[in-house]
Amino acid sequence: MKNYDWIQHVRGESLFVDDITPPEGTLHAAVFSSPIAHGKIINLDLEIAKKLNDVIEIFTAKDIPGENQIGAIIPDEQLLADGILDFCGQPIAIVVAKDNFSAHQAVKQIKLEFQEYSAVTDAREAFQKGQLIIPPQTFSLGDADSAWKDCDLIVEGTAESGGQEHIYLETQGSFAFPVEGGGIKIISSTQAPTTVQRAAARILNLPMNKVEVDVLRLGGGFGGKEDQATAWACMTALAAFKLKRPVKIILNRQEDIRMTGKRHPYSSDFKIGLTKEGKILAYEVTFYQNAGAAADLATAILDRTLFHCTNSYFIPNVKATAYCCKTNLPPNTAFRGFGGPQGMFVIESAIYKAAEKLGVDPMVIQEKNLLSEDDEFPYGQKTKYCMARPSWKKAIGKYNLGEMKNQVEKFNLENKIFKKGLALMPICFGISFTNTMLNQANALVHVYTDGSIGISTGAIEMGQGVNMKLRQVAATIFSVDISRVKIETTNTSRAANTSATAASSGADLNGKAVQIACNNILERLIKSAQQELKSNETDQIEVKDEIVYLNGNQTELTWNILVQKSYAKRTSLSSQAHYATPGIHFDKSKVKGEPFAYHVYGTAIIQVTVDCLRGTYEIDFVKVVHDFGKSMNPIIDRSQAEGAIMQGIGWMTIEEVIYTKYGKLLTDSMSTYKVPDVYFTPKEIEVDFLDNPNPSAAIFNSKAIGEPPLMYGIGIYFSLCNAIKAFRSNAEIKNSAPMTNEKLLLMLYEPAGQNLKRKLKNKMTVK
Amino acid sequence: MFKTITFICNQKKIEATLHSATTVLDYLRKHQHLTGTKEGCREGDCGACTVLVGTLSGKKVKYQNVNSCLLPIAQAEGKHIVTIEGLNSSDLSIIQQSFVDEGGTQCGFCTPGFIVSLTGYLLSSNNYNLDDAVDSIGGNVCRCTGHTTIKRAVDKIINELSVKNSADSNNLSSLINLGIIPKYFEEIPKQLTEIKKKIISLEYEQRADFLIAGGTDLFVQREDDLLKSNIKFFFGENGADRIWIDGNQCCIDARATVSNFGDSEIIQKYFPEMTNFIRLFGSLPIRNRATIGGNIINASPIGDMTIILLALNSTLHLQNNKATRQVSLKDFFTGYKTLDKKEDEILTKITFDIPKQNNFFNFEKVAKRIHLDIASVNTAMLLTVDDRIITQANISAGGVSPIPLYLSEMRKSLLGKKVSEENISEAIEVALSEISPITDVRGSEEYKTLLLRQLLLAHFYKLSPEIIQAEILL
Ligand SMILES: Cc1cc2nc3c(=O)[nH]c(=O)nc-3n(C[C@H](O)[C@H](O)[C@H](O)COP(=O)(O)OP(=O)(O)OC[C@H]3O[C@@H](n4cnc5c(N)ncnc54)[C@H](O)[C@@H]3O)c2cc1C
Ligand code: FES
Ligand code: FES
Repeated sequence: MKNYDWIQHVRGESLFVDDITPPEGTLHAAVFSSPIAHGKIINLDLEIAKKLNDVIEIFTAKDIPGENQIGAIIPDEQLLADGILDFCGQPIAIVVAKDNFSAHQAVKQIKLEFQEYSAVTDAREAFQKGQLIIPPQTFSLGDADSAWKDCDLIVEGTAESGGQEHIYLETQGSFAFPVEGGGIKIISSTQAPTTVQRAAARILNLPMNKVEVDVLRLGGGFGGKEDQATAWACMTALAAFKLKRPVKIILNRQEDIRMTGKRHPYSSDFKIGLTKEGKILAYEVTFYQNAGAAADLATAILDRTLFHCTNSYFIPNVKATAYCCKTNLPPNTAFRGFGGPQGMFVIESAIYKAAEKLGVDPMVIQEKNLLSEDDEFPYGQKTKYCMARPSWKKAIGKYNLGEMKNQVEKFNLENKIFKKGLALMPICFGISFTNTMLNQANALVHVYTDGSIGISTGAIEMGQGVNMKLRQVAATIFSVDISRVKIETTNTSRAANTSATAASSGADLNGKAVQIACNNILERLIKSAQQELKSNETDQIEVKDEIVYLNGNQTELTWNILVQKSYAKRTSLSSQAHYATPGIHFDKSKVKGEPFAYHVYGTAIIQVTVDCLRGTYEIDFVKVVHDFGKSMNPIIDRSQAEGAIMQGIGWMTIEEVIYTKYGKLLTDSMSTYKVPDVYFTPKEIEVDFLDNPNPSAAIFNSKAIGEPPLMYGIGIYFSLCNAIKAFRSNAEIKNSAPMTNEKLLLMLYEPAGQNLKRKLKNKMTVK
Repeated sequence: MFKTITFICNQKKIEATLHSATTVLDYLRKHQHLTGTKEGCREGDCGACTVLVGTLSGKKVKYQNVNSCLLPIAQAEGKHIVTIEGLNSSDLSIIQQSFVDEGGTQCGFCTPGFIVSLTGYLLSSNNYNLDDAVDSIGGNVCRCTGHTTIKRAVDKIINELSVKNSADSNNLSSLINLGIIPKYFEEIPKQLTEIKKKIISLEYEQRADFLIAGGTDLFVQREDDLLKSNIKFFFGENGADRIWIDGNQCCIDARATVSNFGDSEIIQKYFPEMTNFIRLFGSLPIRNRATIGGNIINASPIGDMTIILLALNSTLHLQNNKATRQVSLKDFFTGYKTLDKKEDEILTKITFDIPKQNNFFNFEKVAKRIHLDIASVNTAMLLTVDDRIITQANISAGGVSPIPLYLSEMRKSLLGKKVSEENISEAIEVALSEISPITDVRGSEEYKTLLLRQLLLAHFYKLSPEIIQAEILL
């Protein structure tokens, strides 16, 4: 079923924050931020800026009526810095002017005097200095320490994975205006309206009921607007509250990239032990997470790294430790996968290294260790309806892995400059917020007297199609045409205390709540039909395709008539419902429990061709078998899967976040930070739907799709490694993502690059 | 600074008085509240702001894809500006429908840009094919779909049209019948003719602080300053952007755009591969605006056109109101972004000798991303080989020095030599002693050095693959 929103999208009629017609007199704000990564404010001179034409006011920390604090999990982040500066791009002042141009001109006239301290940008350095945001976290299973002696092979190594900028195409933005009674209304591009509401109430010293947050849709989120839409929303709220006028902030792209956090870079140490047949007996891993200057969601992300540190393998003895390291980078934040991909990259790197030592293809080790039914994860949960092996088997059969391998071998024999590489990537991803509390949602459903239906939930539409899925839920339960169902904006007055639309759980949690609310109304309608049709209690009444049936026979009652008659009988046509995922729990003190409602599995095969002369590459194909459960909307789900895969591939290949050692971001624009474009897409991409008898926690048995497929992208790293080795069998493979053209070429020719550089240096000194 | 500009925006004739450097993007969104055109980057790198610019050419209007974030409103004068709103009819077009059918949209923010770009392609091409269609969206970024579903949608559009439509595809009425553009497009040529009659000419402001050609560098680097300054325009109109032959010389008007260069039959005749090389420059909307003159004067050490023209050993023709003079491109750059050019001089023309029969020309560029990205290193080479002896050699290298570099030592090393592995190795060795790369966002010093070696090898590999043995690679 096609997505109705898409019709508006292709006509350019869908509105985003900056498209909503602002009221007369709306003011525009711009942010003055720290030019240094670490230091102290000595003096802030606003005088020249304030005197500029069209500048209305400049706000700093001291103008905040409430608490200068926006940290959602740990209160360690100021809205506006007033003393210590902790990262480059940290907001210090808000300039409000009549228009955007003037606001930005004034920002340039603010003079900051500061004392600079040395900055830490590296997680391991922060760890050495003891800069940890929370105490270390450890997950363990079996007894890794005593298992090493049983291993035939033990391999140790390190793995690095880089940050990733979200590049949601719509930059961060917010628009706030005062409402009567001293309250404020905020239109924000956020994945978490309740988070914004709570933070703005804290900043303004208002009760939450005086702060209304409304969200229409997002031009992409990917986790980047889960916690980090809050600051801009609070800034507009503060300015609108103080000035009693509407105020808007839309970050331009450079500001957005400079001031917001990214996917957490990780540096990790691993030790893996195997039998000579390739069975993994023990795995020990230490993660150093680069959290940036504040906690943001880092601690939760760290948890998910640990949850997914063994990917889709069963390893009987595991010890995984993670450090949340505070550095002087912008606070890093959620990004699709939420720490899972970082954990999985390390185990895959370890397997690759082990395979090199054993002299086998990594896929031999991968396959041998895949999860089976009833296997235990390091956090105590056991697999159920485990699709790790079935998806692997189907992938290698359906796509004919044997033939693929032959082709690659043949090609590599015949070509000296171009080399192909092939790798498999199985995934396993747990669904539910790992913080059990967040696994709840509510929905408000109204049936209007003309038979149309309006639905409010906490779900945010950001391109993932959740609104369409919610419409499908209501239309299915009421058995009415889907065009009758409208999804309202996400609004804190209609859906209170909501969890962020995150963790791939938006459709599950909110869909279930909608399901309950619709069933409540349907029950009342059926009762009313019973009276209308004067039927007995034992009679079977149902609504099918907008017509009421009595014991299987069509009646003259249509949906419209039924609704009107029910209303006339003073039946409630509205329902509010709450859903909480049943059965999940996690004991943080024991680090054991059943945190996930279910897991999503799948297997990808990725092939690349490397131009070993120029050090560039193309993606031949990505072929996937993915466990969708029973997809309720295959077009949406396939598109979600493919989009996620490309983001994963981007993270592993061309997307490189580069900071100077002073903590200044070099890749602060779309001209220097490159995301996959149409040319970079694989020549072929195929996603097979693995049907699966599914646990009921997924809405209509349609499994969560947002995040899991991103991790297929990890496979490309190892496809590239295999191609490098086809060119030069003794090449030293480093586990250091992303594999940019630069790293690839240097790896292909090492140590030629070093030697050339040395020669160059010598020549220059001779001159 | 302020000017009254007359043009057609979608169906509406508009007269607006604005600062000449106001971007069309701001005008559309802020003054017309046409919010289907989005701002994603404001530097030509996302395509969310793409509009069509229709220019009267005889009795027809020629449409081009342009990034409205880099387009000064003054250059909309006498043109037809088309936004997504101006493409909507009551039914979805084939393009829009295919995006809906294939899931070519998710959040929808990038989507209008894609629809506009593809419509522009169908309006301007008369030989629909997948490669060109994909190239027309090479400047559009979709972060949600990763472009896989979009590619399927494009595939579908091209297939559908090649069935429905044959030769005369860019005929307006057939596109209207196919529901690709609304009917009012038919009236535009007439309306533009009338507007044109009234426009005297793009009069230059007397005292100009800035000269804008295509604006693709200036708007990225200096937009705020432009908005506070007097502007003079120097962009090709009415065939001023010519490329022609004069005797044994090829002449390029400095106002010629990169698209003009790539599409030129003369260039294609002498350099059959140039079309492919040009595809590595920016994106289609950037190429439609970026001028050759601007590329040279901007003096970026990795300017692609400059690197190509250096290897063609080009001559620049400079002019001020007192005199004209010529300077060799290889002597033009005196240091990082410093030129042998007086402030009031304008670059009017670039010339180079038409290459001889037995020449070999090649261009290599490697960036982080193959397309729409600035090179880490680029290089071009023009070689004449008589009887296996190199009789002429011009090689340039970008990204390895403060200026676009002409490798004069390498040239010397090659002249009079046989094309052999040994001689090539030696020449490359010499070339590597001419460079002084620095570590920056586009790569480390070590990488750029190695990459230049590889790309120089790649020239010779393309010239004759058999002489490059695997050993020399390592
Ligand atoms: C998204 C994007 C992608 C790009 N990709 C590439 C790429 O792949 N390769 C590449 O090389 N470049 C690229 N560029 C850079 C740019 O497009 C080129 O340098 C372009 O050729 C500049 O031409 P212009 O006409 O737009 O210059 P403008 O911006 O108009 O002018 C640049 C400078 O030259 C001066 N000037 C222009 N013409 C003359 C003249 N005739 N006489 C005297 N002075 C003059 C102007 O005053 C100004 O100082 C890209 C730019 C963008 C925004
Ligand atoms: S806004 Fe991105 S190309 Fe114009
Ligand atoms: S649909 Fe979201 S960026 Fe393309």
